Amino acid sequence: MRASPLQRLFAAALGWTVALVLFFPIFWMVLTSFKSEGDAIAPRLLFSPTFESYRDVFARADYVAFALNSVVISVGGTVLALLFAIPAAYSMAFHPTDRTRGTLLWMLSTKMLPPVGVLVPIYLLFRSAGLLDTRTGLVAIYALMNLPIVVWMLFTFYKEVPNEILEAGRMDGARTLTEVWFLLLPLTLPGVASTGLLSLILCWNEAFWSLNLTSAGAAPLTAFIASFSSPEGLFFAKLSAASTMAVAPILVFGWFSQRQLVQGLTFGAVK
Amino acid sequence: MATLTLRDLRKSYGSFEVIKGVDLAIADREFVVFVGPSGCGKSTLLRMIAGLEEITAGELDIDGKVVNRVGPADRGLAMVFQSYALYPHMTVRQNMGFALRLARVPKAERDRKVNEAARVLQLEPYLDRRPKDLSGGQRQRVAIGRAIVRQPKVFLFDEPLSNLDAALRGQMRMELLRLHEALKATMIYVTHDQIEAMTMADKIVVLQAGRVEQVGSPLDLYHHPANLFVAGFIGSPRMNMMPVTAAVVGDAAVTVGLVSGQQIAVPASGGATRPGDALTLGIRPEGLHIDPAGPILVTVSLVERLGGLTLLHVKAAGDQDLTVQIEGGDPTRAHEQIRLAIDPAACHLFDKAGQALPRPARHTLAA
Ligand SMILES: Nc1ncnc2c1ncn2[C@@H]1O[C@H](COP(=O)(O)OP(=O)(O)OP(=O)(O)O)[C@@H](O)[C@H]1O
Ligand SMILES: [Mg+2]
Repeated sequence: MRASPLQRLFAAALGWTVALVLFFPIFWMVLTSFKSEGDAIAPRLLFSPTFESYRDVFARADYVAFALNSVVISVGGTVLALLFAIPAAYSMAFHPTDRTRGTLLWMLSTKMLPPVGVLVPIYLLFRSAGLLDTRTGLVAIYALMNLPIVVWMLFTFYKEVPNEILEAGRMDGARTLTEVWFLLLPLTLPGVASTGLLSLILCWNEAFWSLNLTSAGAAPLTAFIASFSSPEGLFFAKLSAASTMAVAPILVFGWFSQRQLVQGLTFGAVK
Repeated sequence: MATLTLRDLRKSYGSFEVIKGVDLAIADREFVVFVGPSGCGKSTLLRMIAGLEEITAGELDIDGKVVNRVGPADRGLAMVFQSYALYPHMTVRQNMGFALRLARVPKAERDRKVNEAARVLQLEPYLDRRPKDLSGGQRQRVAIGRAIVRQPKVFLFDEPLSNLDAALRGQMRMELLRLHEALKATMIYVTHDQIEAMTMADKIVVLQAGRVEQVGSPLDLYHHPANLFVAGFIGSPRMNMMPVTAAVVGDAAVTVGLVSGQQIAVPASGGATRPGDALTLGIRPEGLHIDPAGPILVTVSLVERLGGLTLLHVKAAGDQDLTVQIEGGDPTRAHEQIRLAIDPAACHLFDKAGQALPRPARHTLAA
């Protein structure tokens, strides 16, 4: 059935409204970052743009160091999570036991626990292990944090791979590692990629652990933003500039990978 | 060389036994076909041989070595799946060469073998396509090609032709037989297609509910079914079964009475049968003839004209449904009353337990 022009107009209007509502905060943030502090406090649309806030932010903090930490920790955490999740999801999808479903649900249920509930034990563990304010520590905690979701997503992608294709591989002489490398990974590449992308984004935006477990050395961009909020009070323009700089990389990254992300999340891995 | 021996092979899923003790010897270069109704365990048994399904109990020997604990990659067998299970992300060439690549066969030799298989299977124009760009028949041939490039000791097929149309199926049947001849390999083939089983097999294994009902050459099973199940399963259209009563029991012939009162002396050895015992008489549709002087009066309910021959579905006394196969030129029409003659030499007798009374004379073509 074809929609009438009026229906299509309505759908388009609704779509644009939702998009604008969702996008507005980001738009406002970017706008504010180009205002002077005076213009920023009294919200107004017309102002003379200035790079003043950016200059201040650059002068006060080493953006590049924070950004580098973000990249290293996000990529590291994602790679580590995938490294554990791929074998885990493989065995759950293709060699399930009676307890597989229970295990999966239990893993996911750990995500319901508020992280602050385990802050103290984790903090103490990190302190004794000398992991406080280290990239290694954050990579580990991010990998652990995302592991349930990554395993779950990979599991659902793997579930769609016909078992017979892997069995054919086994008959052709493939062992577990060759099977995963030559058959399973190429077949589920869109799925693995979108899982990795999601994990990257979650890591990048994570603030709870990064604020609590780092101070200077390993602090990522979320800590960078935070450092502009608390001590300074309400300097909206500078805060907005810092935030814009923090989210810009992941926005650009997300923009370029959105096709991959949508495809992986909606179509499933194998046609 | 590849011989297989199955000794009391069993498979259970939890407490549910699917394969209930299968004994079977498969000779080198033999073409063995597993047939049986849906769910009887044909695929399971084949997958146990392949190593894809764990063996719960019993022993599987390949060339005299127990391979129960050997993985599928190391058994040296190739399998063609019903769904073809081609690798969707690889070209035809890569699909066929995958096993050789894993075995670290040098590229030049790999290419030579893939090209050779492609030539035999007429796949040369498609070598650089992906499976999704092929027709069903072409995919099917790629699946076979993938198996033959490895030159395995044993080929396993699980209903490889069931997704093809009738014409293509007939053609592939011939092709597989030619391959069997050319490759000199042992083949184990699962099907529920009568024609495939009858035309391709050196040896048919009839399975039912996880047990072997009978093993023999196609004509052996056709002319000397060991029991009611095999008699009913092998042959299409099905064998007619009629309840009869033993009258005179001898070692060379048993005279039985039909419901209509008519008596027939069937060449079979009576064994433990006593006069008065209830038996089942089996007669294939081609063992009944229209004969105005015949003893069985029937009403034709349906006529199926296949061209060369015609099938009459008729009703006899006692509400007995029978199928009769006659010449295609016969003018008989539905609702007519006709008389049938029965060829005693074509009759089979089965006792109460469903076991066949042995026929003293072997059919000349039944090995
Ligand atoms: N993983 C499993 N768990 C439990 N039962 C199973 C499993 N796989 C197969 N079965 C059962 O084993 C029996 C045999 O299955 P199998 O696939 O071997 O039948 P088949 O003879 O190949 O049938 P078809 O002609 O329909 O392919 C069936 O009753 C099936 O339900
Ligand atoms: Mg089957």
